[in-house]
Amino acid sequence: MYGKKVKLRILFLTLILASVALFVFLILQSLKENVVYFKSPSEIKSLVKINKKKIRVGGMVKEKSIIIDTDKVNFIITDFKNEINVTYSGVVPNLFEEGKGVVAEGFLKDRSYFLATKILAKHDENYMPPEVKEAIGEK
Amino acid sequence: MLANQIGYFSLILGLVFSILLSVASIKNFNNNNKNIDHRVLSLSFLQFFFVVVSFLGLIFSFINSDFGNETVFNNSHTTKPLFYKISGTWGNHEGSLLLWLLVLTLFIFLFLVKSSDQPKKYRVLTILFQQVIIIGFFLFILKTSNPFNYLFPIPNEGLGLNPILQDPALAIHPPILYLGYVGSSIIFSSALSAVTQNYISKDWALHIKKWILVSWIFLSLGIMLGSIWAYYELGWGGFWFWDPVENVSLMPWLTLTALLHCVLVLERRLVLTSWVVILSIATFTLSMCGTFLVRSGILNSVHTFANDPERGIFILIFLFVLVFLSLGVFFLFHKENNKNSNEIFWLSKETSILINNLFMMYFLSVILIGTIYPIFLDVISNQKISVGPPFYHKLIVPFLIPFLLFMSIGPKLNWVKSKIKNKFELIIIFIISVFLSFFILRKSNADLLFNTVLISSAFYLFFVTIKDMFVKKLNNFSQSLAHLGFSLLILSILFNSIFSFEIITNIKVGEKFTFKKGNIFFEKIEKNENINYSSIIGHFKINDNKGKIKHLKPELRIYNQPIIITSEADIKTTLFSDTFLVMNAVKGKEYFNIRYQIKAFMIWIWISVLLISLGGLISLFERKHEK
Repeated sequence: MYGKKVKLRILFLTLILASVALFVFLILQSLKENVVYFKSPSEIKSLVKINKKKIRVGGMVKEKSIIIDTDKVNFIITDFKNEINVTYSGVVPNLFEEGKGVVAEGFLKDRSYFLATKILAKHDENYMPPEVKEAIGEK
Repeated sequence: MLANQIGYFSLILGLVFSILLSVASIKNFNNNNKNIDHRVLSLSFLQFFFVVVSFLGLIFSFINSDFGNETVFNNSHTTKPLFYKISGTWGNHEGSLLLWLLVLTLFIFLFLVKSSDQPKKYRVLTILFQQVIIIGFFLFILKTSNPFNYLFPIPNEGLGLNPILQDPALAIHPPILYLGYVGSSIIFSSALSAVTQNYISKDWALHIKKWILVSWIFLSLGIMLGSIWAYYELGWGGFWFWDPVENVSLMPWLTLTALLHCVLVLERRLVLTSWVVILSIATFTLSMCGTFLVRSGILNSVHTFANDPERGIFILIFLFVLVFLSLGVFFLFHKENNKNSNEIFWLSKETSILINNLFMMYFLSVILIGTIYPIFLDVISNQKISVGPPFYHKLIVPFLIPFLLFMSIGPKLNWVKSKIKNKFELIIIFIISVFLSFFILRKSNADLLFNTVLISSAFYLFFVTIKDMFVKKLNNFSQSLAHLGFSLLILSILFNSIFSFEIITNIKVGEKFTFKKGNIFFEKIEKNENINYSSIIGHFKINDNKGKIKHLKPELRIYNQPIIITSEADIKTTLFSDTFLVMNAVKGKEYFNIRYQIKAFMIWIWISVLLISLGGLISLFERKHEK
């Protein structure tokens, strides 16, 4: 029938194909679990059901909405159509300011309350993340 | 004004010489002289010289604050310290591209000087391939990103350099990183030329190895500098965030590391020829992709400069041209060299290096998917997503275990066919490693089983390599040193993540915050005025339960041009841990937001990267390869 060499090659090839398939499956699976979606306050308002997964919310910090406490910061993110209350304990970036763009990462409690675990830092006051630009409807 | 003019015309002269060089190379390729025409050498020097003059012109415009130059106006300011005026030259899009070009022309010149023992046709073709890249960059700069655009009327004052870029580590980070990125262009051109000439041989491997080492060393150091900067300047309290731009620099590093190992196999056995060529092409393509992703503003990241779609499209087209050119050359000319391919046995150095390469490719594909999937999804379904660190940790960390184990055994094997010697000793070392990790970990809260296995394998690599260094003396010292550095890197990263802890709180002046291990007292704030910024310095007294008192003074800087607030963390470094305190303010509020961290073994992360690079450096100067 087949020589020893050919058999070995077939074995080798199947092994490689199997492991490649396994790795692709692994990568896609963890991608599905670890992807963080970005939503605007309006998109959250229109959500059908609230997911327990981590998401990002972006928009502007509403004027006069920041209230600081020893262990948390409360503020409101608005896209000028809808808004959402955010509670956050953690490091506040320097460019976090009322009337400026913000992206918060965390968990949605209900359609108007967001528990943030991270506020993303920006490094240039003129630079606005494209997501936020789109969320507040600016070109 | 004059410097600006000189800079601009030198750039155009540079392009002229670059075209002349290409023509001269084609002529030289077709004649029958045995040696390369010295005209080619002088043209290559002139090309480099005029790019240097052009670059100096830009630097002088920055030093003299010539705001008639648009680039200077956008990125400089009269009150900026001289050092940052100079580093501002490459702290922006236009200037950094000019730096790319400078390194490109420098490398082809050095290549010509250093390769006189190589065949003529191969050298000439390498120049031609490199000229395709160089002329592409000349056109890109002149057409879309001219650093010498005039402004009229001349403004009195510039807009200033983003203060987070005003930092010593970041001033030298771009040049070092570019030497690594652009260094891979020589590998690319020379691999293509060698394929065309059917010159993929042991001699070629020996000669190109030096170039691979050079760009690998610079790339490693460049990534480290960026990481150190992110650690103390961004105040995120870590050293790696899986930010797209960090990933983009890690990808060519992975292929380059794979290539570095592969070329050793080629040098000894003349196998894996196609693989070496593919890795050479991939490394440069990934470097170019990095430039494309960063410059086009597609990625939302620290490095995003002002977006300009035209630039993105130009780089994208250029990238496609290079990829098609290289793949075309590869498929048309590449012949698998069969006469020398002896059989490979399972247990041999070749196989272990091949396994190393497979791991590298796996890590590469994880990072590649995590980085570009969000862009891809945005384009096809308009959904905005991001892929966070858990994705990378989950897919990369478990595979470090077999990777480290193979790395411990691999270097002990011989070429062609091998046996594992001293099995008993290897097992003893393994048992010691397991006990040691268990002993260290038993009191921590981390997942005991998984971490014990992981840290054991890192310790294993560490001990086996140290033992080898003593037994083999200086034979193959560079490789042992680099591997030792890598085991230290993994160990310090793991200990850093397990034994670090942090406190984040909001605090007013005069308040005391108490936590489990001590308390933080916010004594006072002090205000200072400097030329280009005013600063608020917080005085903190930290008591830990053992009665040790530490004083830390983190700083907030309010830069005047542009008006940006940055936090300067105060870090006290010891061999065992870093104490890190950073303070942030929210406009108009009394509270300061502070992050206090004890980062275990932080300095060892940098030390190990230095060891790894030092290994490369020593290898560069080693006369002989191992016998």
